Amino acid sequence: MTAYSPSEMMSAVAARELANGEVVFVGIGLPNLACNLARALQAPDLVLIYESGAVGAVPERLPVSIGDPSLVTGSLMVCSMADVFQLFLQNGKIEVGFLGGAQVDRWGNINTTVIGKYQKPKVRLPGSGGAAEIAIHAQRVLIISRLNPRAFPQQVDFITSPGQRCKGKSRRELGMPGAGPVKVITDKGILESDPETGEMLLTAIYPDVAVEDVKSSVGWPLRAREHLDLIAPPGAEELRLLREVLDPKKLYLG
Amino acid sequence: MMQSKLVSMKDAIAAHVRDGDTVVIEGFTHLICFAAGHEIIRQGRKDLTICRLTPDLIYDQLIGAGCAKKLVFSWAGNPGAGSLHAFRRAVEQGTPPLEIEEYSHFGMVARMSAGAAGLPFWPMKNYMGTDLPVANPLIRTVTCPYTGVELATVPALRPDVTIIHAQRADEQGNTQVWGLLGVQKEAAFASQRVIVVVEELVDESVIRADPNRTLIPGMIVDAVVVEAWGAHPSYAQGYYDRDNDFYVNWEPISRDPEKLKAYLDEFVHGVRDRAEYMAKQPEIKKRLKAGTQMAAGVNYGF
Repeated sequence: MTAYSPSEMMSAVAARELANGEVVFVGIGLPNLACNLARALQAPDLVLIYESGAVGAVPERLPVSIGDPSLVTGSLMVCSMADVFQLFLQNGKIEVGFLGGAQVDRWGNINTTVIGKYQKPKVRLPGSGGAAEIAIHAQRVLIISRLNPRAFPQQVDFITSPGQRCKGKSRRELGMPGAGPVKVITDKGILESDPETGEMLLTAIYPDVAVEDVKSSVGWPLRAREHLDLIAPPGAEELRLLREVLDPKKLYLG
Repeated sequence: MMQSKLVSMKDAIAAHVRDGDTVVIEGFTHLICFAAGHEIIRQGRKDLTICRLTPDLIYDQLIGAGCAKKLVFSWAGNPGAGSLHAFRRAVEQGTPPLEIEEYSHFGMVARMSAGAAGLPFWPMKNYMGTDLPVANPLIRTVTCPYTGVELATVPALRPDVTIIHAQRADEQGNTQVWGLLGVQKEAAFASQRVIVVVEELVDESVIRADPNRTLIPGMIVDAVVVEAWGAHPSYAQGYYDRDNDFYVNWEPISRDPEKLKAYLDEFVHGVRDRAEYMAKQPEIKKRLKAGTQMAAGVNYGF
């Protein structure tokens, strides 16, 4: 079996989540790789939308920012950011949004604002960008993040992007239209939000990973579903596309 | 015959950007007028409230240069490269002191949309469950008078001056843009004064040949500056690529206050204008000049 890196695994797993023809809000990094891998495999008609305003983007080089000029050339449509956020996102047209961040908690809330107190932070993170509204409006959200206990605390220091339960209130109670984060694709397995409680549960595990290893990588007593799916590693074609076509310089696949 | 609005960058900044102003240098990744930012630094402007969705390197430089009293923004990072360290030092250590007013991208877009539309606020279905309204009490709510639904609101942003970079305009400031549009149009219409900086000056007949491409009408423009390569290290679709290497290399410069000062001394204070900045770095043009991908003409006849 071919060896693969955690980034390659996460990209391949994320790509498999996308169905042909879906409308996806894309960010840079692994989400971008996952979307382009899906386009090359089972989802050639995937519609990529970048919050910068490029719709149906087909970049000929790996974009290092969401405003890269290669996203514009040959795209289907370039619209203003006002249109992206109002006509596409708020109006419910985005089926999948990808998010990641410094902290993800037990309820799928994401923090990209501050570590510590807002007024005097220990670390000032970049902030929301489009993440808050993507978390609220995308029909479903996929989080891609490597596990470690500090990155997965019981409760985030600041809720930038709302998950399934925010300070005790459910998404429905808070009036959020989208389903929110339904899966967290990590480097060891997959967490899914429990449809009843909104809590993130371990539902799938990668080859050669022990359940105890996953549990010790998370900052709350992680519950696992009784039956855990075993996820297949990236196949030869997935690896070829990732390594030779999509990110030959290993900018994101490291 | 209307008087030409053409002026030099030096004169445009001197006339239209004043200490204490609320300033927008717009463009989302694309068409960010670094040349104008550098001239603001050179002219020693102080106590500015600087607004952009992403500060990008230009506001990291303005903060590092001591021009800013306050930052209004929604995402302060350097994507794929690291952090905006002058911004982080200001917020984490207070060096220099910097007030911040933080939104999300949609919130900033909404602020500009309200300003541009002559409204006092803009409503959104947004911010439920987030801590952003706790951090920023200017994010409020209103009850829809028709449905009773609670909506989030942000106040209008009405800048004193907005600086737009574009591919081309005529002498009256009728400005055409293609590629990513950002919030340029909204910022310009929301603003008291507008400076348009272009790669190329064209005749009015060029504008009139393709009116759908005009983003900003001359009637709201106060000054037109011609500054080729004025957006570097940002880019102008059809003219030059983004200098991704520069953005990556900004990380160690920004991280060290001494290196940041040295960069500003050499490339901002140490040059008279953008032309001299470009002459000092001739490899930039060779490396970044755009390829060709023309769009077919459209027929406006009737």
